[in-house]
Amino acid sequence: MLHIYCPHCGEYREEEEFHCKGQAHIPRPLDPDNCSDEEWGNYMYFRHNPKGLHHEIWYHSTGCQKFFNITRDTVTYEIKEVYKMGEQPSVAAKG
Amino acid sequence: MQRYSGFGLLKHSLSHHENWQRVWRNPTPKKKYDVIIVGGGGHGLSTAYYLAKEHGITNVAVLERGHLGGGNICRNTTIVRSNYLWDESAALYEHSMKLWEGLSQDLNYNQMFSQRGCYHTCHTLQDLRTNERLVYANHLQGVDNEMVYADQLQKEIPALDCSKDARYPVLGASVQRRAGNARHDAVAWGYARAADSLGVDLIQNCEVIDLEINDGKITGVKTKDYGVIKADRVGCVVAGHSGVLAKMAGFELPLESHPLQALVSEPIKPFLDTVLMSNHVHGYMSQSDKGDLVIGAGIDGWVGYGQRGSYGIIEHTIQAIVELFPLTSRVRMNRQWGGIVDTCPDASPIISDTPVKNLFFNCGWGTGGFKGTPGSGNLFAHTLAHGKPHPVAEPFSMFRFHSGKLIDEHGAAGVAH
Repeated sequence: MLHIYCPHCGEYREEEEFHCKGQAHIPRPLDPDNCSDEEWGNYMYFRHNPKGLHHEIWYHSTGCQKFFNITRDTVTYEIKEVYKMGEQPSVAAKG
Repeated sequence: MQRYSGFGLLKHSLSHHENWQRVWRNPTPKKKYDVIIVGGGGHGLSTAYYLAKEHGITNVAVLERGHLGGGNICRNTTIVRSNYLWDESAALYEHSMKLWEGLSQDLNYNQMFSQRGCYHTCHTLQDLRTNERLVYANHLQGVDNEMVYADQLQKEIPALDCSKDARYPVLGASVQRRAGNARHDAVAWGYARAADSLGVDLIQNCEVIDLEINDGKITGVKTKDYGVIKADRVGCVVAGHSGVLAKMAGFELPLESHPLQALVSEPIKPFLDTVLMSNHVHGYMSQSDKGDLVIGAGIDGWVGYGQRGSYGIIEHTIQAIVELFPLTSRVRMNRQWGGIVDTCPDASPIISDTPVKNLFFNCGWGTGGFKGTPGSGNLFAHTLAHGKPHPVAEPFSMFRFHSGKLIDEHGAAGVAH
């Protein structure tokens, strides 16, 4: 069970209160109408699946209902850092 | 290969069962193979077996990082069924089901395949409509599946709470009577023994650390302990670690690896002679021959390679099981574990060629790979033997995520896939 610090609430809460929303920092194509099938498919379906550090979006669904980012190790499940939307991670994941 | 039979059992009992032949050899790898299969789990071993048996390709090695059948094949909840929604899936899973039905004889290894049926309960009107649609779709595909409603269901499964007092009353269920379960270890060992006897080299404790790729074409794999082993074609069947191997090959797969948990109770008297799953309250259960309850939970929503998940998931599953079967409320759980499942965005697997020539992937089986073991291996063997996908496997190309031709099985996959 993860123990997650919500940067909006300023508190540690149980994982039960949160939802993981997948990989963070995926830019939406600037000109979707002119994307090739490959570009659009990559944007829609292809995700980093690292064995190691991973940046992901979390949602405090039964708390403040705000989004934020987490850098987490996918093997040890250790949370390296929590940062708000729009901010950049200080612990960098490869790839 | 020493064949197993009742007579053999009797004969070996005279020598106190001390002279049984080893089930497979432990060879040192050759320098070069026609085909290398990375991953010695159920799907990898069945691929090797069908390559040798149906395509006559016996210069084959299966490279396994740990021991044979030590991954998801020994961690699943052993359910076999073929009642999916789309024609592509029906063809795939029904192909597998037909192989299951003759597998014990084919491998000369008792799979303990028990066609005890599998029910999907419906708790809302929407559930009923979804399952009715599924049943009709299956009829058109020639796959058996039928609806039973609460009164009948109560008679078929007396321990199930079909009363109107339940929090989420059971309105009915779809049931595939040919579905059931099998003994998971026997699947891995049966395929391994049969493949070995046809000349396939099963190499254990052999981790692949890199892929040898020249001019967009694979020529071999680099292993930790045996250096480079050359191969004309390479098939990767490594489930949760597919992403790691794809990265070595220089491309990404549309997969995310998640922990999936299961648990087993203490053995109790038999009361459940079938498999029951509920997508709505999110849990499923069967009872093993030993008497323990085999319970499957859902996946954790985040990427994880730790072979363990969160307790919250188990709690939800147990709530669902107690809701469905109130008599289990005081049963104690014996063991709980997790496996890593590689899930696709459309809940269908990938059996595919890749951007690298002669390199093929069989992955993305997600939470439902066990039932697919024979079919998956059979089709992947064809793919490896011919260098292009079998017609049944063709729609499951990894490039469907670029063409948009997805095979969305989220509905039929449900909790237990």
